[in-house]
Amino acid sequence: MRRSMSTLLSILVIACGGRAENGARAVIQNKGSDTLITVAQAWAEAYSAVDAEVAVAVSGGGSGTGISAMINGTVDIANSSRKMTSREIEAARANGNDPVEHLVGHDALAVYVHRDNPVGRLTLDQLAGIYGENGTIERWSQLDVQVPGCTSDEIVRVSRQNNSGTFAYFREAVLDNEDFKLGSHDMHGSKDVVHLVAQTPCSIGYSGMAYATPEVTMPCVMGTAGDPCVGPSIETALDGSYPISRPLLMYTSGSPAGQVKAYLDWVLGDAGQCIMLELGYTPAMPAACVQ
Amino acid sequence: MNPQALARSRDFDHRGRAWYADRAVTVFVFIGGTSAILFIGGIFAFIAREGLGFVFTEFDAGEFFGSIAWRPTSALDATYGALALIVGTASITGLAMVVSIPFSLAAAVFIGEFARGRVRETLKVLVELLAAIPSVVWGFIGFSIMNSLIIDVFDVPIGLNVLNAGIILGLMAAPIMTTIAEDALKAVPDGYREAAEALGATRWQVIRKVVIPAAKNGLVAAVLLGVGRGFGETMVVLMASGHSINLPDSVFDSVRALTATIAAELGETAVGSDHFRALFTLGILLFLVTFAINLAADTIMRGIRRKGERGRP
Repeated sequence: MRRSMSTLLSILVIACGGRAENGARAVIQNKGSDTLITVAQAWAEAYSAVDAEVAVAVSGGGSGTGISAMINGTVDIANSSRKMTSREIEAARANGNDPVEHLVGHDALAVYVHRDNPVGRLTLDQLAGIYGENGTIERWSQLDVQVPGCTSDEIVRVSRQNNSGTFAYFREAVLDNEDFKLGSHDMHGSKDVVHLVAQTPCSIGYSGMAYATPEVTMPCVMGTAGDPCVGPSIETALDGSYPISRPLLMYTSGSPAGQVKAYLDWVLGDAGQCIMLELGYTPAMPAACVQ
Repeated sequence: MNPQALARSRDFDHRGRAWYADRAVTVFVFIGGTSAILFIGGIFAFIAREGLGFVFTEFDAGEFFGSIAWRPTSALDATYGALALIVGTASITGLAMVVSIPFSLAAAVFIGEFARGRVRETLKVLVELLAAIPSVVWGFIGFSIMNSLIIDVFDVPIGLNVLNAGIILGLMAAPIMTTIAEDALKAVPDGYREAAEALGATRWQVIRKVVIPAAKNGLVAAVLLGVGRGFGETMVVLMASGHSINLPDSVFDSVRALTATIAAELGETAVGSDHFRALFTLGILLFLVTFAINLAADTIMRGIRRKGERGRP
């Protein structure tokens, strides 16, 4: 739903851009990560005040969408919440696009449970036991937790569709690249994960920290049992103490030049990074923001 | 006719505005009529071009039809087992038919045979209004409202399941089935009803023994159209079924459908990759199933028609 809406939006933006071409207004195509989309849209909006000659058309759909657009050469900047794989980079090069990576920020990948769920802390091993192919944790009682409203005791796993950057990062960081256990509920967007977890007492899900609502809680996560248990926050993502925080990336084809370079420089400058901080993401650069 | 009049009429016949308009409309209607063949052929050629490459290279029929492991982006070993997706689509469509067939046939009988005047007109408008609700709205109802409702009422872990998607799909298919079934009942000549009543049949007997058997073709068409709708519907099954790879034991299990898998994954797949072509193979499967349903419907209806013709004096 979100995707079709943002596609529509980008078509509108393109259409407007096309009409304004007489005024030499350039359009930067920016597509990809669902985690980054709120930031990308805020950047695009703010940038129109910085340089009225440039319109940034943002659409989402997931990191896979952005990366495949980069491979197919239909986008100027691809947003991704995971690194491109070597196979993807090769595929892009075969099409004459040489992807260059730019780190624009970090995001703590929060684990979400229903607000009535008393589980306060989880280890990475426990998460792997819940989500992994060889994991044996199927019931909340195995974690010594009794969840009000969940009489069946079954853990309902909420996950993401298999081309999402969030899915790929979770698999790499938590499951050590093992497969997911089949039967997870694969939602098509970060927001849907949080929405479903908020409604479903038995469930557990994962998504970017910025999608938190008062109806869900975020247990703290331990790297291994005995480590300090760290909750997701901007500070813990920045200093690396939160065990599952990931880089947020933008890819360009070749070294950026001209208006794309100007845009990226602005994104990585104080103005762009402060927008990121305001929206609940962790900046890549220390930024001096006016509170 | 005198020669002058003949010449005049020839002048009139030839190349007037009306003549051009007539030709234009003829050509337009011809294109309109035949374009369906063109589109179907084009769509099939396109799907086959993208999907058959996979069928002849990576495709493993045992895995595709026998395994539930649909893991096209696995970091270890990509597998393309579609069994759970096929069963998911079938189970949701099956439940949707269980919900919608009794409802829509009963509604058609009531609107067509019992309701009169204002009641009938109001009901018809309402049923058509129900058919006009966009599928994304139905999907949202399933995702946001039915989920909590099913959890509360049945005390199950999650409300996005076969029951949820089946009920919503049934409600979506019912208006179309009602409209077509009602048309079929209306097409039964009044003479049949009058003859039966003259023989002393009650209203119920007239409907059961005369009207419904006579309208069988149309009723079968209505049901099959509903089945087709169930197989092809995407948004609702994506949002309400749980989108979870699973062989369901009960209606409270979450499942994943063929259409929803294509919708969720196709946009994010590099064009030409194995995953992309595997999704088109799912498309070929869907296309073949729909084709088989339509063919079956056609055959059944032809059979009934022939039998009906033989039976008639």
